[in-house]
Amino acid sequence: MFDTAASSADHVVPRARTAPILPLAVRDLELRFGQTTILDGVSFDLQPEGCTMVMGPNGAGKSLLLKLLHGLMAPTSGTIDWSGQGPQDITARQALVFQKPVLLRRSVAANVDFVLKVRGKDRARRDTLLDHVGLGHKADQPARLLSGGEAQRLALARALAADPEVLFLDEPTASLDPASVLAIEEIVREASARGVRIVFVTHDMGQARRMADDILFLSGGGVTEHSRAADFFPEPQSKAARDYLNGKLVV
Amino acid sequence: MGEAFGLALDLVASGDGDLIEIVLLSLRVSLTATALACLIGLPIGALIAIGRFPGRNAVLIVMNALMGLPPVVVGLLVYLHLSRSGPLGFLGLLYTPTAMIIAQTILIAPIVAALSRQVLEDLHAEYAEQFRSLCLTKLQTVQALLWDARYSLLTVGLAGFGRAVAEVGAVIIVGGNIDHLTRVMTTAIALETSKGDLALALALGIILLVIALGVNAAVQSVRMTAARQAYV
Repeated sequence: MFDTAASSADHVVPRARTAPILPLAVRDLELRFGQTTILDGVSFDLQPEGCTMVMGPNGAGKSLLLKLLHGLMAPTSGTIDWSGQGPQDITARQALVFQKPVLLRRSVAANVDFVLKVRGKDRARRDTLLDHVGLGHKADQPARLLSGGEAQRLALARALAADPEVLFLDEPTASLDPASVLAIEEIVREASARGVRIVFVTHDMGQARRMADDILFLSGGGVTEHSRAADFFPEPQSKAARDYLNGKLVV
Repeated sequence: MGEAFGLALDLVASGDGDLIEIVLLSLRVSLTATALACLIGLPIGALIAIGRFPGRNAVLIVMNALMGLPPVVVGLLVYLHLSRSGPLGFLGLLYTPTAMIIAQTILIAPIVAALSRQVLEDLHAEYAEQFRSLCLTKLQTVQALLWDARYSLLTVGLAGFGRAVAEVGAVIIVGGNIDHLTRVMTTAIALETSKGDLALALALGIILLVIALGVNAAVQSVRMTAARQAYV
């Protein structure tokens, strides 16, 4: 586990001058808890741009893979190579939106302020960020009284406040109504257009079709398939992916 | 009993100078001790809440045991340090309100530390992953936890205040129950009881209860307002 105390947001270097963290090369990643193997022999590459949708049945290790990539956990073995950048630097240059947003017990605005402050960003950006996710009019309200969709939009605004180069999303729309889902997707799409690398876990086939440049399909502890979205949906190469798309149980 | 209530009302209504002095000293000593105990206990509770270090369980056991410190023992220890021949005797603090504040702070700091540790650990369980994702330092984590738990921590402070304002063993040893100097509600009650003026003792007891009720009600209303706004 990485020691969070060792990192500091005090000296955030302007992005243009820092070495890129993409492409990403993952090799032979293994994650075990005692006797239980979650991930085994996971290898794939992520190119510098685009939106990767991570799919696969429950228990395939999608969420844990995101946490490994983000540096919140350490793998049992294998390498995660963000173009040679150190793990501490990596976490600080990325953001993760959880399935269930963890909102501070403060106002909507204070939630964004908090991230801007601890990450040493321009505090004046807060209103722009809130307007961007459509929460400008709720700035002074307690964050915990927001609806599910609003809460997740706030979590997104907070993640974007950190100016991430890579944005991980772990089923952010799993329990939201269709309008909220589309609103979230629109914000993510805009971030992607501005050059933020998106890695998005979803079970929603329609969402994957709408968003994906490429699909990373996990099952049985490994990457069963990693292909362009245009190839994946019409003709999945693996049986596991075919069964999954057809709604069959995959173990 | 009825006589005691009547006497209590008379005492309050008459605005008896001695009574007001005693009440104000009680509040001053116990509120100051509560504030100091929070200054000491909250950071300790927070550090233990987010820390993982060898011997943590032993620390927890000791801290929880210290919640039950007998006031007379604390009073005795403070007395030994502050008495003329003690290591801090040169300060001349024995039989002053300051000595009483010191004793009560020692008495309730472990309560604040142990209870806040529990509150903050629960909150940290919810926030930990998000905070790691944001690369927060330990100091930033502690600050954020203390701020977000502020309304729950009010109750923790209240528990400390309740213990301080109600105890008699420590303040009577280091304060000496000197009229117009170190006499507080509890020591006055003890004195009147030993003098056999049970009605006056009971009347003072009723006033003490009402003060405790008032402080609790005030804190509770703050908490409920916060809860309505989902800040708890």
